[in-house]
Amino acid sequence: MLLILAGLGLLVLGAIASLMAARSPRRATLLGVGGTIAGCACALVPVVRVLLGHAPESLRLPWSVPFGVFALGLDGLSGFFLLPILALSALAALYGSEYLGAFRGRVVPARAWPFFALLVAAMALVVLARNGVLFLVAWEIMSLAAYFLVVLEDETPAVRSAGWTYLVATHLGTAFLIVMFVVLGHEAGSLDFERFGAALPLAAPLAGLVFVLAMIGFGTKAGFMPLHVWLPEAHPAAPSHVSAVMSGVMIKLGIYGLLRTLTFLGPPPAWWGWTLVAVGLTSGVLGVLFALAQHDLKRLLAYCSVENIGIIALGIGGGLLGVHHGSAALAVLGFAGALLHVVNHALFKGLLFLGAGAVVHATGTREMDQLGGLLKRMPWTGSLFVVGAAAICGLPPLNGFASEFLVFLGAYQGVLHPAAAVAGPALAVLAGLALIGGLAAACFAKVIGVVFLGEARSGHVAQAHDPGTAMTLPMVVLASGCVLVGLAPVLLVGRMGGALEPLTRLPAVAIELALAPALLPLQWITLAAAVLLALVGTLSIWRRRRLAGRPVREALTWDCGYARPTPRMQYTGSSFVRPLTRLFGGFLRTRTTRVAPVGPFPGPAALATATPDVFRDALFRPAFRMASGTLAKLRWLQHGRVQLYVLYILLTLVVLLVWKLR
Amino acid sequence: MERLGDALLLLVLLTDLALLVTDRLSGSIRLVALQGVLLGLAPLTLAHGASLHLAAIVAGTIAIKAVVLPRILLWAIREAEVRHERQPSIGHLPSLLLGLAVTGIAFLVAARLPALPGNSLPLLIPVALSTLMIGFLLLTSRRKALSQVLGYLVLENGIYLFGLTLADRLPLLVEMGVLLDVFVGALIMGLVVFQIQRELETLDSRELSQLTD
Repeated sequence: MLLILAGLGLLVLGAIASLMAARSPRRATLLGVGGTIAGCACALVPVVRVLLGHAPESLRLPWSVPFGVFALGLDGLSGFFLLPILALSALAALYGSEYLGAFRGRVVPARAWPFFALLVAAMALVVLARNGVLFLVAWEIMSLAAYFLVVLEDETPAVRSAGWTYLVATHLGTAFLIVMFVVLGHEAGSLDFERFGAALPLAAPLAGLVFVLAMIGFGTKAGFMPLHVWLPEAHPAAPSHVSAVMSGVMIKLGIYGLLRTLTFLGPPPAWWGWTLVAVGLTSGVLGVLFALAQHDLKRLLAYCSVENIGIIALGIGGGLLGVHHGSAALAVLGFAGALLHVVNHALFKGLLFLGAGAVVHATGTREMDQLGGLLKRMPWTGSLFVVGAAAICGLPPLNGFASEFLVFLGAYQGVLHPAAAVAGPALAVLAGLALIGGLAAACFAKVIGVVFLGEARSGHVAQAHDPGTAMTLPMVVLASGCVLVGLAPVLLVGRMGGALEPLTRLPAVAIELALAPALLPLQWITLAAAVLLALVGTLSIWRRRRLAGRPVREALTWDCGYARPTPRMQYTGSSFVRPLTRLFGGFLRTRTTRVAPVGPFPGPAALATATPDVFRDALFRPAFRMASGTLAKLRWLQHGRVQLYVLYILLTLVVLLVWKLR
Repeated sequence: MERLGDALLLLVLLTDLALLVTDRLSGSIRLVALQGVLLGLAPLTLAHGASLHLAAIVAGTIAIKAVVLPRILLWAIREAEVRHERQPSIGHLPSLLLGLAVTGIAFLVAARLPALPGNSLPLLIPVALSTLMIGFLLLTSRRKALSQVLGYLVLENGIYLFGLTLADRLPLLVEMGVLLDVFVGALIMGLVVFQIQRELETLDSRELSQLTD
């Protein structure tokens, strides 16, 4: 615990030092980045120790806040979330030290780094907190620090509006969490987490209420559809290393909160599982569909995060159904798949956002249809991005496959279950995962094809080149992580026991027993895929060898006899996915504006497509408009006259006094 | 000592009421300064024997409430060249009557409050309450930003009187903290008042109503 505290201390110290050094951008960056990396490294030691099987640690200090105790705990579940938080944050900090250099003159490092270090410290504290007040305080620090990072480029109106959306969403989510903790605290008589567990079992309607509040409150942060609306706004607006941390680990804290709440609530009824499966299907399928239709690289990745959160929700939903119906295999594999996917998503989504950042850094645009042919100009970034894309599509032998495979296997076990209440949702999970996997592959085929392959579509690409070591190294580390976890998932799955026990309510032996039959085929498939890849690699090296001595000439591909081909004649992102977006047009509601060519000698023609978020336009906008219309009737209360404001206070005071002394 | 204490408290009440009918700003400031002296002396009548703690509180209170703050405010009105509180929202007579009414309410309420153990001054709570409410009244009924600062100070004085009921148990540090708080608050307000005058050529805080969103 001491090392964890030291790590948190280093993070906060780094934040303060970076703020103090505001005058010198170099020193502010150095202190902020150094503090973050040192803090993360320091705190990683006990985390790894706990994951390796050391006893959980805890700490309790008195705290002068009502109902608050400075109670920290590091158990298997916390450790499993802390690992990606600390590792990815340290890498992102290193990356950001170079990335933010390009913003010189527009973004002051002393504004960026203190909030970054604070964000990391707050995320770690959220996972460690064992008291409701402490948890909420850490949660709010995290949300606000992230807000200030999102609006770093606040001279752009789009960034300000994105920050605003994020701020409203996160506060609405927190409101639900406050109610949830009040309900739990009222039942348990204390806001300590250990007392929540002791107050079991809660009456069924009350437990249901807490579950719904947690789903909304934590779901807003995690990005469950339709609460995801802030993700596609905030992720593109933030600098890329911040997007990587937000998408890679911050939204996972919503998942952590949900899982932690589930451990308070006793045996889950079946409808919790159904809810999560339904939410997972919606988020997964719609998330990837909207990702398909995007033109903005980072916005696409943001929607893709919604999809992956959907996969995690599918795993949790399957796990809950397994717990309810006593199917150990479904319970263990569902939760194990979800947990593994949390770490995996941090690895590959972090990698992809950092890669996208390198592209933005080099070309100055996020519009995919302005790019093209980057693999030749940015070989490192391009090939690392391809690794991340293959991992996120769930292709063996990379890590995305491992976690999705666990969820798949769990769902197969569920389908074999005699009760239709398990088999039905399990079948839905299977079908949904298959559909999501296919669509994700199409989505990333589009990204790779449009951004990295082909010819440059605009002048933005002309000067593009790979970034420096500080930006490349984190990507290399993350890509190696993807490969490593893919080849040896047991490295993580074998360390999950401490996290799975409270979730599945099974003893350690039963968990081992349920995991073992899943890991064996996983290893075989991964091995086969690795061998296949190695074969392809050998063949391509052999081919290159053979060609080395001979003259190689580049020529145009056959162009139908057209005399003047231009790069603009390539498939664009939207034309590539047109068959799919048309198929799902009912959900996507893509808007097309076009000027069609007319006559035998047509003039200029144009085509533009846009896919705005359906939920934002059809659900939240009308709701907020109605709210602001209704609340405008209270505007007369706020008229700007200070005297009358004081009068309000006076009247309240008098009324309270009279009411209390009646 | 008790008689002396009650007399002091009655004087505090009188300064409150006098503030309601004073319209020369410098006069109001002097009244607040006088109230500060009275408040500074009040702990002496409550204490059981002399102590360093007590001396520090008395000296600190008088220094800040009766010397430093009035000086800042006098400086502000001299620089900003305002003398009178013209056209208060509520006229002198009505505000005096209102002040008497809230004093009455304060006495009624205080009678129903549970008695504090060891409080030898029966007037302390009612006077504290009425000072507080009259402070509020000044805050709401005056238009010049500077008069509102005075209202705030009177309000703080009411809270200070409440604090006196705990004087024996309150650590010195806490009281110093409160004093510092008021001091900084008033200092900032004095400067803001000066700035408002310079920017807007008026101290009428109604002009600030454009600041709503």
